[in-house]
Amino acid sequence: MTEDTSVRDYLRERFFPHMWCPGCGHGIVLNGLVRAVKELGINKNELVMVSGIGCSSRISGYVDFHSLHTVHGRALAFATGVKLSKPGLNVIVPMGDGDALSIGGNHFIHAARRNINITALVMNNRTYGMTGGQCSPMSGVGIKASTAPYASIDNSFDCVELARAAGATFVARTTVAHVNQLSELIKKAIGHNGFSVVEIFSQCPTYFGRKNKLGGAVDMLKAFKEMTVPLGSEKKKGNPALFERGIFVEKELPEYCQAYDQVIARAQKR
Amino acid sequence: MAQEICFVQGNEACALAAMYAGLDFFAGYPITPSTEIAETLSARLPEAGKKFIQMEDEIASMCAIIGASLTGRKVMTATSGPGFSLMQESLGYAVMAEIPCVIANVQRGGPSTGNPTHVSQGDVNQARWGTHGDHSIVTLTASNHQDVFKMTVEAFNIAETYRTPVILLFDEIVGHMREKLIIPEQGEVELVDRLRTSVREGVNYHPYLPREDGRLPMSDFGGVHRYNVTGLYHDMWGFPTDKAEVVHDLVHHLVKKIDYAANAIAHHVPYYLDDARTVLISYGSSARSALSVVEHLRRRGEKIGLLELQTIWPFPAQLVREYVAKAEVVGVVEMNMGQLINSVKLAVDDPRRIYLINRVDGRLITDKDIKQTLRVIQGEGV
Repeated sequence: MTEDTSVRDYLRERFFPHMWCPGCGHGIVLNGLVRAVKELGINKNELVMVSGIGCSSRISGYVDFHSLHTVHGRALAFATGVKLSKPGLNVIVPMGDGDALSIGGNHFIHAARRNINITALVMNNRTYGMTGGQCSPMSGVGIKASTAPYASIDNSFDCVELARAAGATFVARTTVAHVNQLSELIKKAIGHNGFSVVEIFSQCPTYFGRKNKLGGAVDMLKAFKEMTVPLGSEKKKGNPALFERGIFVEKELPEYCQAYDQVIARAQKR
Repeated sequence: MAQEICFVQGNEACALAAMYAGLDFFAGYPITPSTEIAETLSARLPEAGKKFIQMEDEIASMCAIIGASLTGRKVMTATSGPGFSLMQESLGYAVMAEIPCVIANVQRGGPSTGNPTHVSQGDVNQARWGTHGDHSIVTLTASNHQDVFKMTVEAFNIAETYRTPVILLFDEIVGHMREKLIIPEQGEVELVDRLRTSVREGVNYHPYLPREDGRLPMSDFGGVHRYNVTGLYHDMWGFPTDKAEVVHDLVHHLVKKIDYAANAIAHHVPYYLDDARTVLISYGSSARSALSVVEHLRRRGEKIGLLELQTIWPFPAQLVREYVAKAEVVGVVEMNMGQLINSVKLAVDDPRRIYLINRVDGRLITDKDIKQTLRVIQGEGV
């Protein structure tokens, strides 16, 4: 197989090498994202990447789209401004688990509630990598972190259930060990007319792996294959601790920007 | 549209001025005493085919207007003290990334919840230094509805000219009081649109490379130039950098582009200042009481005048120094424990003749309050 170099058209190679650690899963997400955009044939001028703070958020700088690298946790609020003011643009928001679900939790549920046509990618490595491996709302009970030296007692969120309950109309989950599914799900999420969420398990060998003795990047990738099963798999019934991969929610409901057009119509009829 | 005369609240005057200035996008969150701005715009913007959104909080409101501004829109939010506190982080982002936007803060009592329905001018220093890091900021204010209108339009013009957030620092009295407003005909007041790049597609566009005059032509998101916007120190491409000389130039650029404009945007109204031996300096609703005192005492032959400031940041130091040069006594009238007075003291050669005339109990400072303090300052007792 020869190397597919066409994805390079979508990267700002001037800014490489990237700043992620060796073995980080986020580069795989970047690859999956770029392949998805390429296959969808989206004009680069019509795509805006909006991100917050953290390792994951740096993804927006490396892609040759309009990119808005904002403050911690608020990317979806910035993205809402971009999307509502220019609904013709495709808006993708890559976030880490802390960015999306801790400091940004409120914006996450409200963006889902509005069903605004934005694609949220939650790159879940269960830690704050940028600041040195602190406990995140996705770490879960028993996990060691630089702010949980005696192991965490905090329960974690279930990103899929949170997104579903908040009103997201497309919700999916996969891991960076499942690259084809990753790209396919991002493609479907971008194509979906409404708020879409793809949770992506991504490894942080530098902090999460090291502190919890999970081995190197390869071991962590193997673990993603072992701890997940396709949605609806019989294995899940026998072992509830397994995480399902696939599309959990996919439904058509009025999209926010389109609904706003009706507000304008009603205002102008008065 | 022809000239229109109406009888409105100050908050409505602000909203109508924003529409006049070409506001495209408003994001906000309800908070007393500013809510009428959002309410008015929730009706007016859709009528004009434009966008209004009620966000989940003030943090999100500030973020949403920045996102919208980058698509080439004129944007605004409105709030009061507690909400203004929540907006500070992203206000700093708008400073750093040089995003034109307007933030109206209709001041109420504080700190904390304070008193939502009563007046204060306690956010003067927060407007200047509320967000972290070294920066300059533009803050305008007004004491009557015609000036609320004028300053609101000016806020958009300054924001678009200098690529900066502009704060409109009104107060509860001005916001809720009703008085006459004359809305000028379209075209009567000059409106400024942001400078857009003339760089063609395929040619390198440097979003953060200032021209010789310090201005940075913009390119709208969705246009042919794809670039990075960040709150990190950045180079001319908008890409993060920690190179010392680039960071040095960026911080200097952000501060100087505002400070060098201080005289050009120093809006103010002088009253009876030519021969004044006693000068009052005030702004917002307290300037109304100060003017009443000046007019009363002038009739009795006292040489007293008022300098009403409408631009408070960047502080118009040169203008203040000149106006108070011959004054024996200067009274700074404000409804706080002494905020703008510090800048007045720094601006003059002899700060000992600068006195604070204030009231901080949630009530409007009256002409009687001012006269009483003045008599004490002038050595005449109460």
